[in-house]
Amino acid sequence: MEQKTRIRAEDGRQELVITREFDLPLELLFKAYVEPGIVEQWMGTKVLKLENKKHGSWQFETTDAQGNRYRWNGVIHEFAPNRKITRTFEFEDMPFGVQLEFLEFEQLTDGTSRLSMHIVYESVTHRDQMLRIGMAQGMNMAHNRLQDIASKSE
Amino acid sequence: MTAGAIASNFDTARPTVSKHLQILTECELLEQEQNGREIYYHINAKKMKEVADFIEPFRKMWEDRFNKLETIMKKHKSR
Repeated sequence: MEQKTRIRAEDGRQELVITREFDLPLELLFKAYVEPGIVEQWMGTKVLKLENKKHGSWQFETTDAQGNRYRWNGVIHEFAPNRKITRTFEFEDMPFGVQLEFLEFEQLTDGTSRLSMHIVYESVTHRDQMLRIGMAQGMNMAHNRLQDIASKSE
Repeated sequence: MTAGAIASNFDTARPTVSKHLQILTECELLEQEQNGREIYYHINAKKMKEVADFIEPFRKMWEDRFNKLETIMKKHKSR
């Protein structure tokens, strides 16, 4: 199967790059990052605040199946429509540290576009910790699915 | 493959290729086999998979999100 989303995480470096090509015009891809209602749909989160401008800030909130609330937030450093967003990202009340994100949007053809997300972490340890959270989330999703299937078969 | 055979596939200088092979061997991604005067390098598929598996769930998480984004925006476009 073709992998549309690629991750480059070199050993011993405190950064990673996520790239993805979309079957969408550049303007629509960018819009998905800007309009709170749309962000809520694909991120599966509630948007408390999203100020798309330099010095603006953002805050999202997610509630898990157990009713625990998680929030994360950041500040927008650069906002260039259809081109680039530079922002910080931080989980609230979690010891993961803050990360710096460079999101670059690029038109490929009239109907296709590419997003490159360059994320810089506080240290190599912080980066690897975030990669492990991805693993934990993946495990959780797998467990939830398992539970769904199991409860249906009861 | 021997180091020479591997190096012939790259434009990179031979010592650079040797250095890379050395690091990949240290990380157990390659295995060495001594055959007379020659050293043959083999890929350690199991270790390669371990490394890929470490990143894979994180990649999958983003892939799922981005697939969702694409589906939502395609509907948005046709509206």
